[in-house]
Amino acid sequence: MFSIHRPPGPARVAGAAAAAAATLALTACGSSGGDDGTLTILVDNTEATVDSVQALADAYTAANPDTEIDLELRPGGSEGDNIVKTRLQTGDMPDLFFYNSGSLLQALAPEQNLVDLSGEPFMDAVAETFQEGVRSDDRVFGVPVGNAVGGGVLYNLPAYEDLGLEVPRTWDEFTANNQAILDAGDAAPVIQTYGPDSTWTSQLFVLADNYNVLAAEPDFAERYTANEAHYADTPAAMAGFEHLQEVNEAGFLNEDFASASYADGLAALASGEGVHYPMLTNAITELRATDPDALDDIGFFALPGEDPDDVGVTTWLPGALYLPQTTDDQAAAEDFLAFAASVEGCDAQTEAVGVTGPYFIDGCTIPEDVPPGVAQLQEYFDAGLTAPALEFLSPVKGPALEQITVEVGSGIRSAEDAAALYDEDVKKQAQQLGLEGW
Amino acid sequence: MTTTVLRPPRTRRRDPRSHYPMWFYLPAAAVYGTLFVVPTVASFYFAFTRWSIAGSEFIGLENFVLFFQEPYLLRGLINTVVYGALTSGLKVVLGLLLGVYLTSQIIARSYLRSVVFFPVLVSTVGVGVTFSVLMDPAEGLINRVLEVLGVAGPGWLTDPSLALVSVALVDVWKGVGLATLIYIAGIVAIPQEYFEAARVDGATRVQNLRYVILPLLWPATSTVIILSLIGGLRSFDLIWTMTRGGPGFTSDVIASVIFKQYQAGFWGLSAAGNVVLFLLVSALMVPLYWGLSRREVER
Repeated sequence: MFSIHRPPGPARVAGAAAAAAATLALTACGSSGGDDGTLTILVDNTEATVDSVQALADAYTAANPDTEIDLELRPGGSEGDNIVKTRLQTGDMPDLFFYNSGSLLQALAPEQNLVDLSGEPFMDAVAETFQEGVRSDDRVFGVPVGNAVGGGVLYNLPAYEDLGLEVPRTWDEFTANNQAILDAGDAAPVIQTYGPDSTWTSQLFVLADNYNVLAAEPDFAERYTANEAHYADTPAAMAGFEHLQEVNEAGFLNEDFASASYADGLAALASGEGVHYPMLTNAITELRATDPDALDDIGFFALPGEDPDDVGVTTWLPGALYLPQTTDDQAAAEDFLAFAASVEGCDAQTEAVGVTGPYFIDGCTIPEDVPPGVAQLQEYFDAGLTAPALEFLSPVKGPALEQITVEVGSGIRSAEDAAALYDEDVKKQAQQLGLEGW
Repeated sequence: MTTTVLRPPRTRRRDPRSHYPMWFYLPAAAVYGTLFVVPTVASFYFAFTRWSIAGSEFIGLENFVLFFQEPYLLRGLINTVVYGALTSGLKVVLGLLLGVYLTSQIIARSYLRSVVFFPVLVSTVGVGVTFSVLMDPAEGLINRVLEVLGVAGPGWLTDPSLALVSVALVDVWKGVGLATLIYIAGIVAIPQEYFEAARVDGATRVQNLRYVILPLLWPATSTVIILSLIGGLRSFDLIWTMTRGGPGFTSDVIASVIFKQYQAGFWGLSAAGNVVLFLLVSALMVPLYWGLSRREVER
């Protein structure tokens, strides 16, 4: 959908079943939370989210023994969006819930459903950059959990060493590296994973190219929102689709790209069967859970564009905790949010799940010894070479992008055709939001 | 209860063909009304609104315009018709052949009948997941076996030109048991005199099939066609489990297009899509049903 989601993996099915059972139990009691010292938080079932929120909850309850905190799990992806919307609509949302920031939040009609936090003193510690991603008019709705996320290329460091390759600064250099890897014949240059539950991974070439789009067309986001600029008539924006078509036509993809899953892709990257995997840096958290030894072999660079002197990374804001207007226990929930927006909150998360990038809370620091991929992402942040993904600059995002990019990456549809089709697709969303000019 | 006996006029008011008073229908009507009629009528209303979490707003026919402009709709429409015709046709042919075979004098007849019927009892999602694993291009059992035989198996679910056909074949595997059952019932109901007369006339087995069984099986055939065609046109669960309409949009049917709109939060638009699907299925099925039953009467 709007943002890049991680669908539930097999390991999480048990969690989802537990969540379903918990939901039943709650329904049977006829309340979710209530004024009994228990806070219930609805979170998605990805490793990173559950562990981070659980770490916050454990640290909070250690300091406040009277309060009990329950996590309720929900699936991710479009199905998770449905659950969140339905529970908000029916007034059945627990005391707090975790959800994406940016355009996905805007689709929840936050001003009708969520409590405005802009007057709360704890919001002063939340970075302005993040507040922009959870703002509607002059109201602010969420407290971030987790780190800034970069979208670019995760790559296998040993393979780069063996072949004597350099991190590419332009698309042509990237292509040359791919060709060298292909000629060496040991590994697939580019990993793509279009299996049924992993089609979202196909969007990275387009979405993570936003730094390069904005470098060429600084006002693209505004003009795009106003229906003045489009993917099909803006060469810099179309480039993402073209790059995807190129890697397919050049034969750079792994053989099983059509059926491989996200987990297969990460495993191939870790083992060196594939060298480049265009991905979000929070995949590092996933790898830490499945294959911690591989973390030292994984590096990260921004998706290269045209200009070797302007190389930067497209960033995503992490998700946030939101307070629904229907909560019974607003004071307790706000106290927990204040903790999440504190340095102690960050430290609890760092200890439990490590870091994959900088925090958005004032005063929070990240440890010295981070995996190489995280250190490389941090360099872009330190140099100020970042730009937000389009979904944080414009509410316009079509639901079918992942199918369209799968078609381009599989050689079913040309880049030009795909860009035009995606421009058609976003119309529905813009009209649904009632934007001007559509 | 004696009071009812003392009031004979009540019985006169009742429909003479009915054995029970009308209010016996009430519980069923209440359930049917709240769970089916009300949502159906409501969805017809919501089809004319822009409906999302922010509320609903009446926008007339805009959703229908938008739905018909949906770029992948044409592909979905074609796929729906192909899928419906393919599954329905194969179920008729295979069901008839299996029905004839399983009513002849063969060893382990009832066992074979159960074997053919068994897939009908398995959950569709279970079947879909199982076959997705079997049809995996590299690891799947089907291609492994083909490899041993020296044939390079195709990507059953990943090749854009094959995906829909592969799913349709699984649908036939799962559904042919029901068609066979209907045919077996039809064949068993044919009076033995016809076969005896045919034997006296010296009919071969093929002539038996062509001139006795086929014509007398017409009611069974029309039932199978109607059931499988309706099922095929509305099919969603198997396609969604096996391909999610992919790769890309290549195995999308109308139902999966509608579901994706719903998932994206375009609730009014997907309601409009469902109205269109309802009208489409009715437009195909009502004339077909009339045509088939008229032919039945003529015989």
